[in-house]
Amino acid sequence: MRLLAFLARRIYQSIFVLLGLSVLIFIIARILPGDPARTALGARAPQWVVERLREDMHLNDPVPVQYVYWLRGALGGDFGISLVTRRDVANDIIEFFPASFELVLLAGIISGVAGIGLGTLSARHKDTWVDNVVRILSYMGVVTPAFVFAIILLLIFGLALGWLPAIGRLSDGIPAPPTVTGLMTVDALLAGQLATFWDALKHLIMPAVALALGALSQEARITRATMADNLSKDYIATARSLGIPERIVMGRFLLKPSLIPTVSILGLDFAGSFSNAFLVELIFNWPGLSRYGMNAMLRKDLNAISAVILVLGVIFITVNIVVDLVVGGLDPRIRLRAARSE
Amino acid sequence: MAKQGKVEKLAPPITRQYVRELQRQNRMENLGRGWYKFSRNPLSILGAAMVLLVTLLAIFAPWVAPHPDHAEPFTDFGHAHLPPSLEYPFGTDEIGRDILSRVIFGFRLSLWMGVVVLALVVPVGVLLGLIAGYAQGTRVDTIIMRLTDVFLAVPPLILALAIASVLKPNLTNSMVAVSLMWWPWYTRLVYGLASTLRNEFFVSSAETMGASTAHILFRELLPNMISPIFTKMSLDMGWVIIIGSMLSFVGLGVQEPTPALGTMVAKGARFLPDQWWVSIFPALAIVAVVLGFNLLGDGLRDLFAGEEV
Amino acid sequence: MSLSAPPRLLEVKDLSVHFKVYSGVLKVLDGVTFSVDAGEKVGLVGETGCGKTTTMKAILRILPIPPAVVPRGEILFQGEDLLRMRPDQMRQVRGPGISMVFQDPTASLNPVFTIGEQLGPVIRYSAPENRGLSRRQIRQKALIPLQDVALADPERLLDAYPIQLSGGMRQRVCIGMALATNPELLIADEPGTSLDVTIQDQVIRLLGELVERKRTSVILITHSLGVVREMTDRVYVMYAGNMVEVAPTRRLFANPLHPYTRGLMEAVPKLTGGGMAMGIPGRLPSYQHPPSGCRFHTRCPHVMPVCRREKPPFFQAEAGHQAACFLYSPEAERHRNEAQA
Repeated sequence: MRLLAFLARRIYQSIFVLLGLSVLIFIIARILPGDPARTALGARAPQWVVERLREDMHLNDPVPVQYVYWLRGALGGDFGISLVTRRDVANDIIEFFPASFELVLLAGIISGVAGIGLGTLSARHKDTWVDNVVRILSYMGVVTPAFVFAIILLLIFGLALGWLPAIGRLSDGIPAPPTVTGLMTVDALLAGQLATFWDALKHLIMPAVALALGALSQEARITRATMADNLSKDYIATARSLGIPERIVMGRFLLKPSLIPTVSILGLDFAGSFSNAFLVELIFNWPGLSRYGMNAMLRKDLNAISAVILVLGVIFITVNIVVDLVVGGLDPRIRLRAARSE
Repeated sequence: MAKQGKVEKLAPPITRQYVRELQRQNRMENLGRGWYKFSRNPLSILGAAMVLLVTLLAIFAPWVAPHPDHAEPFTDFGHAHLPPSLEYPFGTDEIGRDILSRVIFGFRLSLWMGVVVLALVVPVGVLLGLIAGYAQGTRVDTIIMRLTDVFLAVPPLILALAIASVLKPNLTNSMVAVSLMWWPWYTRLVYGLASTLRNEFFVSSAETMGASTAHILFRELLPNMISPIFTKMSLDMGWVIIIGSMLSFVGLGVQEPTPALGTMVAKGARFLPDQWWVSIFPALAIVAVVLGFNLLGDGLRDLFAGEEV
Repeated sequence: MSLSAPPRLLEVKDLSVHFKVYSGVLKVLDGVTFSVDAGEKVGLVGETGCGKTTTMKAILRILPIPPAVVPRGEILFQGEDLLRMRPDQMRQVRGPGISMVFQDPTASLNPVFTIGEQLGPVIRYSAPENRGLSRRQIRQKALIPLQDVALADPERLLDAYPIQLSGGMRQRVCIGMALATNPELLIADEPGTSLDVTIQDQVIRLLGELVERKRTSVILITHSLGVVREMTDRVYVMYAGNMVEVAPTRRLFANPLHPYTRGLMEAVPKLTGGGMAMGIPGRLPSYQHPPSGCRFHTRCPHVMPVCRREKPPFFQAEAGHQAACFLYSPEAERHRNEAQA
């Protein structure tokens, strides 16, 4: 019941944020370009075609009316036609989303597991060489943008060593599995096509790692800092003084409170990966939503731009709500406080 | 007279000047302790040195770059695609330009962008945060903070890319795009600080004495937030440079032949792996400058850490 | 010769603990020596920051190493040196051998686990026969320590988080947890200090009854001389990392010897768990550059030249009553004359 009330409140708040975001997107895609119809069609299109499009897009109406038309369409999933693919933008998004999701999901798993692992390792060996190595590496990881990682990985493993395929989702000649989830690796496993799975996984690794390295480093740093801090807390001293074995003190009494900040960061990083993927998917020619969005921006495909941003906004807000739920689950203080305030 | 002096010495009257002086002394003492920590940490010093070096290179680029003319329209196909050598330490690109010179000019552009964006963003963000934080619970607070929520609902990179994409791709517009996305972070930071500080003794005493709102915002609240704001600015120089390089990487930033680090990485990527230097050196340059600002920022955090904010 | 006397329960000899920090080495404990006999209740008093808690953490070997180092000393528990034990042997001492109640019950309880989740492992690992018990059986056993500390509705309490309890209840839970292992020696570090006076009084009384019933030996660290007087058999007085006086409780109150102890006694009416400033002017010296000789000489009203030169050993004044002060040295007369000269 408490959970439902919490969810309801968060969704209610999110509606306002999304409405605000829709105004922002409307301004970006409809006001900033000057004449969106001309922008969409390019300089060479004849004037009468532009006029036709202006009429279709309701551009001759007052701005608030335009917004209402646009929002009504967007709410019904009608973002118009993509000027690049010449297809319904909504269909494009449904088609391209799973590839991005697969990529970002794997990146999230890699960063979470490795980040928490390295952070724990570092905290347990605080101020030793292990700690120093992890700290230096994670520092470098935080300051290196994902596209630089992508270029370096591509150079070393894709081109120089040739261990991993440089671009795309599948090699030529490998049959794509029937679409069930849209995640190529999962679908291949479901269909029992092991060769396809292996090929898809090889394509997935480099872009996923390029996306994961930054997030991983940040998570390792946060985990280390919280753990090192919590290690000096009285409750750890108490647990030790009562003869509880070290593995339980570390693995249970230290780990759980230390994970709380990491989980928040993990969620943000997961959602943020969709934005870093804008460049990474471009570099690896990964046919995902982010590359679709990036190409839309490069070609001033205004309908697609607005749709992609709105979808990412929804993802971001959803992830934030999920993070709040998980953190509430880990931390009774937050849970009980929320309950009391209601 | 003498007697009065003595009494005052025993129990100084708790005037506002006295409180302010105490605060100042306290801050100085903390800064002194922080500086000790900062100067003892070789990484902070390294960060400061890197930032200083990059800044000097950027300012004096026309004089320190070995081939300053290579930052302008220039072609010399006779020297195209040369690997790193003594003459061209970072090699040359596909039209024979010295990459080191272009990287040095790229620093200039990156730093300029960082400075301009922060100069635009910090005053606006801080002002809005101060107002919202001080007016907490009012409609002003609600409007400002819901507005920042909207901007923070999507990663700043995406909105910056979107804005840059609908405008003409050039330096000014990419600075505009990044600035529009960046102020909410300062608003949120300052809002949090202001909402705790507004309940402090020195604020309520100023209120009781009938100080103006402007006085409270800028003389009472703001001076107590300087350190976290500065720390964030140092770290943000790095992040703005990264976003700027991302914009130019995809071609939505500065256009050729002006040397932008991101553009150089992108153009060079076509010549991987054989002419790796065309792409990798500008990429490492980005990492280096961001690293410098981050180390410095973390050092600053230590420097200010003594202060309880 | 006769056989040597049975070993004391706890005997700490010449224990030193240093902390290596950025700016140098803090010599926090400087040759601490004291002992506890089986069944004995020993008080430990001294102002905040004098090294009481550090001493106790050193005994349990839960000091963070680094920055702490133990350059010398012995900690004999039932005749065995804890400092030489392997970690797994040491773990078996903690709990059933020695357990501890920390100063702040709120900080001592893990905020993200229920009382039952925290008490469970304490019980499971406090005795070998508990290892194999089911969760359910452990839960049944966990009710007992909570009942011991007179907490109502222990069944419900096991599922509560620390944040749901009052300060007094948290303190009781901490005491219950520390006694759940049936320790030979209980270290209680200023129990109840953070609570208001009435509840503090109840908690201390409860602790007294429990250790009496269980025949547990106790080291009671406290600011409150009233509590010491009521609860302990013997008292150690600590100042700046040294033991300065030890006496049976009644003797100490009747005839305090060390100038520091006397200062403490005079401070009594003003002593509400805080500082000592009223009784003894000045404050604790720096541990980085401690005073030469006797660490108290900077604040001592009876300081003599020798005090600045040498560290005073314990001098026996009467049976069981010793003070680390040159005023009680057999050569005190000579030292005093030196001062006048």
